[in-house]
Parts: sequence; C-alpha cells; structure tokens
Amino acid sequence: MTQYLLSVHYVDGEGATPAEELEAAYADVDALNQTLQDKGVWVFAGGLHEPSTATVVRVVDGEALMTDGPFPEAKEQIGGFWILECADLDEALDWAKQAAVACKAPVEVRPFQDA
Amino acid sequence: MVETVEIERLFRHQSGKAVATLTRLFGDVSVAEEAVQDAFLTALRRWPRDGLPPSPEGWIMVTARNRAIDRMRREANRQARQADAVVLPSPDDPVDAVMDDELRLIFLCCHPALAMHARVALTLRLVAGLQTPEIARAFLVPEPTMAQRLVRAKRKIQAANIPFRVPPDADLVDRVAAVLAVIYLVYNEGHTASTGTELVRDDLCSEAIRLARHLVELMPDEPEAVGLLALLILTQSRRAARVDAEGLLIRLADQDRSLWDRELVAEGQELVRACLRRNRPGPYQLQAAMAAVHSDAAAAEDTDWSQIVALYDQLIERAPSQVAAMNRAIALAELSGPEPALAALDGIDLEDSHLYHATRAEMLHRLGRPELAVAAYDIAIALATNDAEAAFLRRRRGLAGGT
Repeated sequence: MTQYLLSVHYVDGEGATPAEELEAAYADVDALNQTLQDKGVWVFAGGLHEPSTATVVRVVDGEALMTDGPFPEAKEQIGGFWILECADLDEALDWAKQAAVACKAPVEVRPFQDA
Repeated sequence: MVETVEIERLFRHQSGKAVATLTRLFGDVSVAEEAVQDAFLTALRRWPRDGLPPSPEGWIMVTARNRAIDRMRREANRQARQADAVVLPSPDDPVDAVMDDELRLIFLCCHPALAMHARVALTLRLVAGLQTPEIARAFLVPEPTMAQRLVRAKRKIQAANIPFRVPPDADLVDRVAAVLAVIYLVYNEGHTASTGTELVRDDLCSEAIRLARHLVELMPDEPEAVGLLALLILTQSRRAARVDAEGLLIRLADQDRSLWDRELVAEGQELVRACLRRNRPGPYQLQAAMAAVHSDAAAAEDTDWSQIVALYDQLIERAPSQVAAMNRAIALAELSGPEPALAALDGIDLEDSHLYHATRAEMLHRLGRPELAVAAYDIAIALATNDAEAAFLRRRRGLAGGT
C-alpha cells in the first residue's frame, strides 16, 4: 500500500465561482469523501482558505521572520487536499479523476515517502 | 570465438524476458535492470573465452537472478530472504508465464503517468534491450541526459507504485493505445528523423517492428496491435524507394515501385486482411488498410483513390484530427481534382505545419497560381524541421516557378 497526496489546484485570481456551482461542488466532494471512507482509502482531507490568508515563516540567522501571503507567489495555489491509502498508482489515479470532477479543478497525485 | 556483436544481439533479443520476470520476482524494475546488465557484462567477459552456454536465454535468467540476490544480500535488503526462495521459470514451464511478465513490463514502461519521452526510453531499454548509449544516439541526446531520464522514470515507477500488471478490462483499450503510440513514435523517429541530416535511422525502425511483432505474439487477439504491425511493415516495404541517391525524399507518387520490398508488402497485406476480418476497425488498422491500397497499385495512377478517401472518412469518424483531415484532402485531390482539395484545406487549422503549407502550395501549383504556390512553399520551407525535407521543398518550389 502507498499513501498519496491528492492536491486540488486552483488558478489564483480567477473570477469567483457562482454560488450554486460552489454548492454543487461541495455536495460532490462530500459524497466522494463518504465513498472514500466507506472503501477504507481515506486517511485525511481538508479544504483550505484562500492563499491570501497564509503566513510564511522562515528562519534567518536563528530568527523567525514572518511574511504575509503564500509561498511562493505562484499563479496556481492549492485549494484543498486528500491523503489516501491505495494499493497502487492506478487506484490513486482513479480517485483523482473523481476528485477532479467533484472539484472542477486539476488534481495532482504525489506519493508519500515510506514511513 | 563468440563475437561481441553476437553477445549484444543475444542480449537485445533475450534480456526483455529476464527483466520482466525479475521485475515480478523482486518487485523492483531497477533491481531487475541492473541484474540483467551485470549478467551482460559477465557474458562479455566470459563468452568470448568459454564459448556460448548451451542455453543463453536460461543463462541470462539464472545469472541475473543470482546477481540480484547477491546485491540484495550486500545491501541487507529486507527482501533478500524472500529472494532466496525465488523460483525461476524452468524450461518445462508453459511459456505463457514469461509472456505474461513481458506484457506486464510493456504496460509498465508505457504507463500514461510517465512522460512520453520516458515511456519511449524505458521501452527501448527494458523491453527491447537496447543499451543506454544506443538510445541516446538514436534520439540525438547526450548520454548522461538519457541515463538521467531513465533513472528518473524508474524512480517514479518505484516511488509512485505504478503497478506491474496487465490493466483491467475497463482500462485495456486506452492502455493498449498508449503502448501502440510508443511503438509508433519509435518507428516514426527512425523513419523521419525530426532533426539532423540523416533521414532514416534504420535501427529505430527495425526495433519498432520487432516490438510490434512481439506485441502481436503477446496479444494475438488485439486487432489494433496487428494493424500497427501491418502499418509499420507496409511503410518499411517502401524504404528503399523513399530516398534518392542524394538522400532526398521521394514522394509516394514518384517512387520506383519495383524497389518496394515484395515480401514485406505481401506480409503487410496479409496482416491487414487478417485484422479487418475481425471487424473491429481502429485507427491503426485503417491506416494500414490505406497503405495496403497503395501497395496494390502497380503505378501511382492505378491507385484506388475512392477507397482511400472512404478509409479517411472512417478514420476521421473514429479519431478526428487535423492531420487526418489534411491527408484526406490530398487523397481528394487525386479523386476529384485540386479545387475541392484546396477548399477542404482552407477549413483545416494546421498553420504551424510545414506539410500543410507544402500541400496548399502543391494544390495552388496544380491550379496554375504560381505566385501563391511559391509563397506557400516559402512558408513550408521556413517551417521544415529537417534538411532532407527542406531540400525537397526547395526543389518543388523551383518547379512551381520560384526563383
């Protein structure tokens, strides 16, 4: 078994999604989460607030410096993620396809290092 | 005395089986590859001195397995104990077991999660048994770049846990198409080198045909695999007629058909008939059928263009593409003249393709519009990606009245 991070990528600053579309997406994601739990692949999942709510901490000469905003200043940002435990990449990719449909956004699948 | 060339040839033809079986036994494609490579180096040292072993194929499998176990012991790998229990297929086993492994290896190397150039490199290295420097030379990239590409791809296979198996039925059609695309790309890279001065790189063409032949052995019920093999063989049959003494491209219509390899033509046509009988047509079978129609014509003017256009219609219905639409227009010109062909070309969006502009130029030339034809040839020449094609286009431009 391998654990995978499925991260949902949104393009920052793109027009806001209409409320009804957003609601439909939330419902789809809820349904997917239920299926993932029923199938025993669900490890953890969460949606994130928008990138502008982020704070970056870095240590310079032993001192912590804080800066406002996401790291890095990229056009695309992670909007949420799943951690799934799957038999292999093909299974993870199948779930990613359903996740991308539910979120209406591209999903990146990346394996965790072995614990 | 066993020559190095002979050892290289044997490994090229046999090592894919060993890599496939060891990948299953040890669960790691890198371990399998390194073990087979170790066996190769041992063979290079020993065979010229001791002569060929009674069964080179069995020798490669056993030696590579032992090397893998040695390596795992040295690295105190937790799989080492399991490896001791590893049982190799014996010559009495049904050949199916090894063939299943080979098929799994092919699907692994051609997995859509890998970049296309990585799929091609992996397939040539692990399935076709080419050495990394050979692959680097064939694709005109520096050897360290190719080596790095292979390392990265194998690392992804291991880290992302890409499965070593034949895909389930639901995915099979797409995954077979991905495998065929890799083999087709290898052939095309050899057939029309996209860069450089050498138009045909034979080694890639023959490796692609060998891979396609092998895939048909492994998946005899897959008509598209037979279709691809037929297409490659029929294309290959024209090889001697395709380039003139100066290395310039000769169009199908102008080729000396007596130079076509009759044996390959006959084999290709038989394969086309065999797969079409199954009545499950697909893009490769339809393209192979077109190649077979051309092969039927003793001279270019005997070509059954109505059948070619009909086959393009079927192809576009199944796999719509701008390139197919362009080729249909070329066939239409032969069937109904340049005017409807030019009208069809106007509706096609291939502005970046030298072939598109060359085709438009040809139609304009036939319609007696020399200025427009020359202008279109100029665009085509500027876009051409290899010297032989550019030289061909300059010659056509001259015939159209360009100075």
